[in-house]
Amino acid sequence: MAQGHVVGIDLGTTNSLVAYMEGNAPVVIPGADGLNLVPSVVALDPVLDGGGKPTVTVGNGARKALIERPERVIYSVKRLMGRSLEEALSELKLAHFHISEDVEEGEVPRIQLGELRFTAPEISAYILRQLKRNAERFFGAPVTQAVITVPAYFNDAQRQATKDAGRMAGLDVLRLVNEPTAAALAYGLDRAKTGTIAVYDLGGGTFDISILKLNDGIFEVQSTNGDTHLGGDDIDNLLLTIALDEIHAEHGVDLRIHEGAVQAVRKAAIEAKIKLSTEKAAHFDIELPNGDRYQREISREGFETLIEQVLERTAGPCKQAMADAGITPEQIDEVVLVGGSTRIPAVHVLVDKLFHLTARGKKPHIELNPDEVVALGAAIQADILAGASKSTEEMLLLDVTPLSLGIEALGGTVAHIIQRNSTIPASATEHFTTGVDGQTNVAIHVVQGERELADDCRSLARFDLKGIPPMSAGLPRIEVRFLIDADGILHVSALEQRSGKAAEIEVKPTYGLTDEQVESMILDSYDHAEDDFAKVLLIEARNEAETVLAAVGRAPENPAWELLTEEERATIEGARGRLAEEVKEGEDAEQIRLATMELDHATRRFAELMMDAAVSGALRGKTMESAGEQLNEDVTAPHAMAPAEFK
Amino acid sequence: MIKTLKTVDSAVPIACWSCFVGHVNFTLFCPHCSKIQPPPGGDYYSVFSMKPRLNIDLDVLEREFHRLSRKLHPDRFALAQENEKQWSLADTALLNDGYRTLKDPLRRTEYLLKLHGTEIVEEHDTTKDNSRVPIDLLEEVFDLNMQLEEMRMARKTGYEDPELQASLTAAKKKFEGMLEAVDRDLRTQWKAWDEGDEPIRQTAQKAMVVLLDRRRYLSNLVRDVTETLGD
Repeated sequence: MAQGHVVGIDLGTTNSLVAYMEGNAPVVIPGADGLNLVPSVVALDPVLDGGGKPTVTVGNGARKALIERPERVIYSVKRLMGRSLEEALSELKLAHFHISEDVEEGEVPRIQLGELRFTAPEISAYILRQLKRNAERFFGAPVTQAVITVPAYFNDAQRQATKDAGRMAGLDVLRLVNEPTAAALAYGLDRAKTGTIAVYDLGGGTFDISILKLNDGIFEVQSTNGDTHLGGDDIDNLLLTIALDEIHAEHGVDLRIHEGAVQAVRKAAIEAKIKLSTEKAAHFDIELPNGDRYQREISREGFETLIEQVLERTAGPCKQAMADAGITPEQIDEVVLVGGSTRIPAVHVLVDKLFHLTARGKKPHIELNPDEVVALGAAIQADILAGASKSTEEMLLLDVTPLSLGIEALGGTVAHIIQRNSTIPASATEHFTTGVDGQTNVAIHVVQGERELADDCRSLARFDLKGIPPMSAGLPRIEVRFLIDADGILHVSALEQRSGKAAEIEVKPTYGLTDEQVESMILDSYDHAEDDFAKVLLIEARNEAETVLAAVGRAPENPAWELLTEEERATIEGARGRLAEEVKEGEDAEQIRLATMELDHATRRFAELMMDAAVSGALRGKTMESAGEQLNEDVTAPHAMAPAEFK
Repeated sequence: MIKTLKTVDSAVPIACWSCFVGHVNFTLFCPHCSKIQPPPGGDYYSVFSMKPRLNIDLDVLEREFHRLSRKLHPDRFALAQENEKQWSLADTALLNDGYRTLKDPLRRTEYLLKLHGTEIVEEHDTTKDNSRVPIDLLEEVFDLNMQLEEMRMARKTGYEDPELQASLTAAKKKFEGMLEAVDRDLRTQWKAWDEGDEPIRQTAQKAMVVLLDRRRYLSNLVRDVTETLGD
């Protein structure tokens, strides 16, 4: 297949975006609704014919459904990526969706929606597929390769789950990039800087801090830290809890049993939070099912007191990251703020204090939209990987692994073999032997985390080194190589050195999907990707043509029509006839598009005449609006009949 | 999550996979066709084209690390064929492991000692006794541990003993001073090793093993005291 665009995707807790490199600058690709942000919300409605496949709605449409039919909607699914059953349950304290109960130990938890069950990667795949479609619609060509961003502090299982989601959505994930690093790329693109920067990234559900050294196009991460359970969601939940408690206490209404009502209050809480970033106060005004109104004012100060503890939790990781990088706040040249939650003024105050900014006459960087900067960085990394462009050929990202990798040793303690903040790819080689004569397998337990006991770390995998030739205890020498790749994902290989025999490794991931499971979850549309895509293009070309035909159909009603010559009118009629024919009979999107362009070309002078009439109409004292009414409302200047541009 | 990765470990002549011209020396790229090669056998110093020394120029090391990263990194092979991708991954891991080891003075010393066949206790090796108290410190360590225990108990009951605090702070300072002395001694041995002939090197290696043990012990002590004082 021909090499298409490699896109950059920010798969966020709250919102997701897709971007690409247009010439020398990264650009966000809008959806069909013209908006850049696609809410990471998925509605799954069962199909009545019982075909088994749900009707999927992603983004703003799904967000509306959240209040109307919350039982069919999933949001913040990123919090469940790569999580075990136990972790998933604790993540869901305030969310309405349910984890199905009959999951066995070690299996990936499934979210129960009525009779349907989904793993977190499947839900993420629906979001990714939407972004993929948005990009395909924009390019008018298939998109199969992507860079996807993940929180820097994501562990192996969370990264693997994200890659699995990409595969299910029909995307070849060329690289997982850490979100703060991507943001640094976006900020560092236009200036060849040298210096140390800190990226403070407080998103919807996760917090990351990364410290990077920039040197002649090389972005070398020195250290990273964070909290994958900390973000704007937590602030929303604080406001939500207060409102629900007060409604219960003051009006005797327990909204918690009405999921739709809880979502309505959540929406109000989010709006209040956003307002408090610019205003001194915000109001709750919610109509309750019993007709009462819940009204309350929240002052900026009250809000700041409320969220202080949440924000303070970002301080520890920042200090640890500086300590790990071996630097003091004074050695940080620039601080970049990323993530919607950094719009909160109290965050600026905290960041200023942490990095001694005002004292040094500095300000944090907020020039790029904090909601978009990660996607823009992902687009730059996509361009670096594609290796196609001059603007990024000197750039290179050297990232680190956020968590130490260890093996469980005797007594349940952890022997750390790759330290956190090691530049990736990184590897370590360990030797194992047998404890009993004639022993033919050795069990190894790999964990990720900083704690001393294996039980306190995240279990990555348990596996058996099998097929060791029977020898006296302690004689076999099994060399096991652990390799963390550029995506931060672990690979293991083993060799019995005395016999030179590669030990057969049976891998039992503690959590996560097997290859076969991922394979079976690949979204159906992918199987027919080419077909589907042709269909989509045909439908879009037809819609486009219908719009233009309708506009031209009304043309004779316009006074400007009379100003055309007989010949011009004949040309328009001819082109119109051909397009109408093509739309009726044709199955080729390209042909329809050509006919549309022909008609568009033929009506160009007419469009100009109409514009002139509109402008002179305005000059005669009419408003542009009323002139516009004459032109029909769905027609927009400057070229009334221009089809959407296909790039 | 876990896949088998094959690496080629070889110091014998090997033909370039792409142009089939043979090469013997350590090389990450074929001298003939410049294609990336599987990880060559050889130590970390050879990755950076450096002589095995304990005193090294860190600026040169960093420059070489950046230069090689630009050529080897998997980002440069994202759309390459599978074998080149795998070698880029393995070569870059070797480069990164080497850089991490050589830029840190202690890891570098341990690594060089290991290259020269000296058995040293690894940080996480639980099979060997990692907690030998240097004889001259026995008494002080004994006292210190008593005080640390007292401090922890006091913390639990919420009682602060300023005298104990001052005594521990003084101890911390003293052990930090000893650490610095160890580092100075290590540097002296580095110089001896780098410049000496084989017998001198042998003596220096033995001295460094003792110094590294002592250093590890001291830094654990300082860490314990800092943690107990810290919260």
